[in-house]
Amino acid sequence: MTKQSTTKSDPAQKTAAASAASEFLFTGADWDFDTLKTTYDAIEDIAINELKLNVYPNQVEVITSEQMLDAYSSIGMPLMYHHWSFGKRFVRDDVMYRKGFQGLAYEIVINSNPCISYVMEENTIVMQALVMAHAAFGHNHFFKNNYLFKQWTDAEGILDYLQFAKRYIAKCEDRFGFDAVERVLDAAHALMEQGVNRYSHPEKPNLAAELERERERAKYEDETYNDLWRTLPQAEKDDEDLDEMRRKIRVEERRAQFGLPEENLLYFLEKNAPSLQAWEREILRIVRNIGQYFYPQKQTKMMNEGCACYVHYAIMNSLYDKGLISEGAMMEFIDYHSGVVFQADYNDKRYSGFNPYALGFAMMQDIHRICVDPTDEDREWFPDIAGNGEPVETLKDAWAHYRDESFILQFLSPKLMRDMRMFLIDDLGSNPHLEVAAIHDENGYRRVRRALARMHDVSVREPDMQVVDVDLRGNRQLYIQHTEHDGIRLEKSEAKMTLGYIGQLWGYGVTLQAIDNESGEVLHEMNYKPDDLPQGP
Amino acid sequence: MLYIVDRRKNPKGKSLGNRQRFMRRAKAQIKRAVEDTIRTRGITDISSGDSITIPGKTLHEPGFHHTRRGGDRNYVLPGNKKFVPGDRVARPQGDDGGAGGSKASPDGEGEDDFQFTLSRDEFLDIFFEDLELPDLLKKSLKQTTAFRTARAGFSSDGTPANLSLVRTMRNSLARRIGLRRPKTQEIRDLEDKISALQAKAEKRPSGKLTKPDEETLHALLADLEETKRRMKAIPFIDPIDTRFNQFQQIPDPNTQAVMFCLMDVSGSMSEQMKELAKRFFMLLHLFLHRRYEHVDVVFIRHTSRASEVDEETFFYSRETGGTIVSTALDEMKRVLKDRYPVDQWNIYAAQASDGDNYSNDGVKCTALLAEDLLPKCQYYAYIEITDEREAEIFSSTEGETALWKAYAPVARTNPRFALKRVTKAADIFPVFRELFAKNRAEKLSGAKV
Repeated sequence: MTKQSTTKSDPAQKTAAASAASEFLFTGADWDFDTLKTTYDAIEDIAINELKLNVYPNQVEVITSEQMLDAYSSIGMPLMYHHWSFGKRFVRDDVMYRKGFQGLAYEIVINSNPCISYVMEENTIVMQALVMAHAAFGHNHFFKNNYLFKQWTDAEGILDYLQFAKRYIAKCEDRFGFDAVERVLDAAHALMEQGVNRYSHPEKPNLAAELERERERAKYEDETYNDLWRTLPQAEKDDEDLDEMRRKIRVEERRAQFGLPEENLLYFLEKNAPSLQAWEREILRIVRNIGQYFYPQKQTKMMNEGCACYVHYAIMNSLYDKGLISEGAMMEFIDYHSGVVFQADYNDKRYSGFNPYALGFAMMQDIHRICVDPTDEDREWFPDIAGNGEPVETLKDAWAHYRDESFILQFLSPKLMRDMRMFLIDDLGSNPHLEVAAIHDENGYRRVRRALARMHDVSVREPDMQVVDVDLRGNRQLYIQHTEHDGIRLEKSEAKMTLGYIGQLWGYGVTLQAIDNESGEVLHEMNYKPDDLPQGP
Repeated sequence: MLYIVDRRKNPKGKSLGNRQRFMRRAKAQIKRAVEDTIRTRGITDISSGDSITIPGKTLHEPGFHHTRRGGDRNYVLPGNKKFVPGDRVARPQGDDGGAGGSKASPDGEGEDDFQFTLSRDEFLDIFFEDLELPDLLKKSLKQTTAFRTARAGFSSDGTPANLSLVRTMRNSLARRIGLRRPKTQEIRDLEDKISALQAKAEKRPSGKLTKPDEETLHALLADLEETKRRMKAIPFIDPIDTRFNQFQQIPDPNTQAVMFCLMDVSGSMSEQMKELAKRFFMLLHLFLHRRYEHVDVVFIRHTSRASEVDEETFFYSRETGGTIVSTALDEMKRVLKDRYPVDQWNIYAAQASDGDNYSNDGVKCTALLAEDLLPKCQYYAYIEITDEREAEIFSSTEGETALWKAYAPVARTNPRFALKRVTKAADIFPVFRELFAKNRAEKLSGAKV
């Protein structure tokens, strides 16, 4: 029988370590719920009292790696309706993870009130501290204060809404069969990117109102149903001799009636598709609402991560400066941190675009530097903030009022462009070669910055699609327009399949026209006829 | 404010519904992949799950996206090392990656083939699908018989790895108390007292103790010696203290079986026919594996000569020559005699052929079967694989092949023999239904199970 005993080699060191250990929040790699709590309290103290962050109450949930995989597949939401595409993601992530090609995220955070962060049980305590600082304070602050999130998402209601959506879709599956529901969901998913309002912000969805509206829609259908309508004769033919003027007015009237042009294809179909059932409309609405909920995240990915990285970096350093974590823990943290904010060069094998964590963190640190220790160049470029001595306030203001595109346009400094050695490539379709248009020098700063900002503009990345007209008098042909910028076309096979999905929802023919941005002329056209077989696989 | 919620105990597998929907969606592809796998798989490892690959395109989720090439565009890249404005770079070829590949595919998903692992149940479900098995049977086939390890109390001997510390220490403690084994502390106390007295003696000028002290010292020394002796005599842990966790394998009544696969590999058997035969053999193996703990498989192929071969050769190598079925039966007889004594093995045989046989061989076959083989076999199944078109033409008994003609009388007289004509996978199962029905009857008459 042997007894476990801890032996220390040097007695002098022993006393030093003992006295220090008593002040550390934690030692070693393991954690329990008490250390988690005390660590959280220390982090909260710094976040609230030093950085003065404004956050939703936090809820930290400890999950296993399997549960993390589950959460992955349903786009990170704790509740989600069932669909095969989530299964596909699950199956793929599962294989990747098991074979070791891909690690799991350390955390997932949800924009809700209370703000829910998932942390994995396998994480070491240092990692848990990092994750809490990053997600529970960094992202949380961003969610609560950024104007896009405030305007577009409802942190209070999202979980209730998802619960409603999940139940509703499960009910539909029971009632109308898997296949029918799957067909609608497939089509809706294909149009998810075209299912957001980019300019006018919608009312926040409210569960009670949603349920009420859903009920009313069903009731209205029941009440107004009259079999007689079926027996009415077809409307008479268009008068041939309508003059040009009246014809034009008619078009205008029609467009006004449908609220055309409409950029939100899902919204348009939900409201106007002639042959959809009430439940099908409701499903389109659900997909549209979820798409809308994620829209701000797409537009602020880089800032959001930058904010979270800045916050965790500041907090972990502060913990260390106060003597609350050991040097070993700090080293471990720095190892994780430098992995997260690593940016590969363009010709590196690992390169896959700008790492939003790296760019975001670098920009936040750069702004901090400009506020505290500006150079003459900074004073010239950023007269408003250079040397104002209030880095955190400046950053918080930026986090609240910008999105990636405008943030880069406003705050990317020449120094950072030099540090990251950014350069701009012109890729003109007519040229057989690429050309370096600008680099990180006096002549290039502004062009590089503008181009990088554009790259982070979702409305530039995603195609510009609109519903422009409906042929009410004729065969109910639906006209959709893609405005081509700089000759960049749609992926043809994808567009064809997606058009098939639109046609399936619309129930009649659909025409997709590509219009040149400048001349306005029709470049090419694609048609879907209702008697075509569904284009899906 | 902080709430910490421990979700680890929450049910996992929340994605199961999604996974099932995914399987449903990709069913056709998965089925094809499974069939490919069956083709390349050995008969004996049919019943494990497998990783399969299906083309990614079929699961594509389309959307409106920009193309990656063409048009005028520009992009910023990090890590400039040598470029100055105006430099020209050749447009990188290939899909993406390389210098210009800043545009990853819009949703980050390529159209690569999609690989994932099917569980054993999922795999078997698909395997069973076109065999048209009754549901109840599918279920019973999927259950595996295995030894279950169960705790069976404690025993006084066993391997050190199974030592039960708590029990052993409890026994040891009881024994030490019962036999009054001295504690280390007692010895230490005695020694302290003795050394105190000895120190006292040294301090005195005479170097000796007073009389009473002297006596005490003697008594103490004797006491110490006795205590040490007891300590030595009564060990801390005695072999009689040790207790071991005992485990028991709860056995299922299992014995061993050998399965003979006989097949005609002459030129008249097409690949398709062999494929069908393979399905038949696989299913038989599954059935046997379910009933017997250990199943040996013997492959005998024949043309005009027969030989025992390995599985690879059996299914894939070609041979030319005539067809003499009795050679295979002879070979089986030989193997049986050499390696599989009837009293130790349950013997099953499955023969697949297109029915061709050398015209005078039929009588010999019948004799071999009836006299040598069938008395030893639990069951002998013959399937005749015919081309679907031919089957229509010879739908009735008119198109009887040479082998069929020879075997048919045997089947009428011997219940252990079954023969069936098979044109597609769905025809295979009825053979097994007979097998099972028959075995039930045989159990009553005392089979070697």
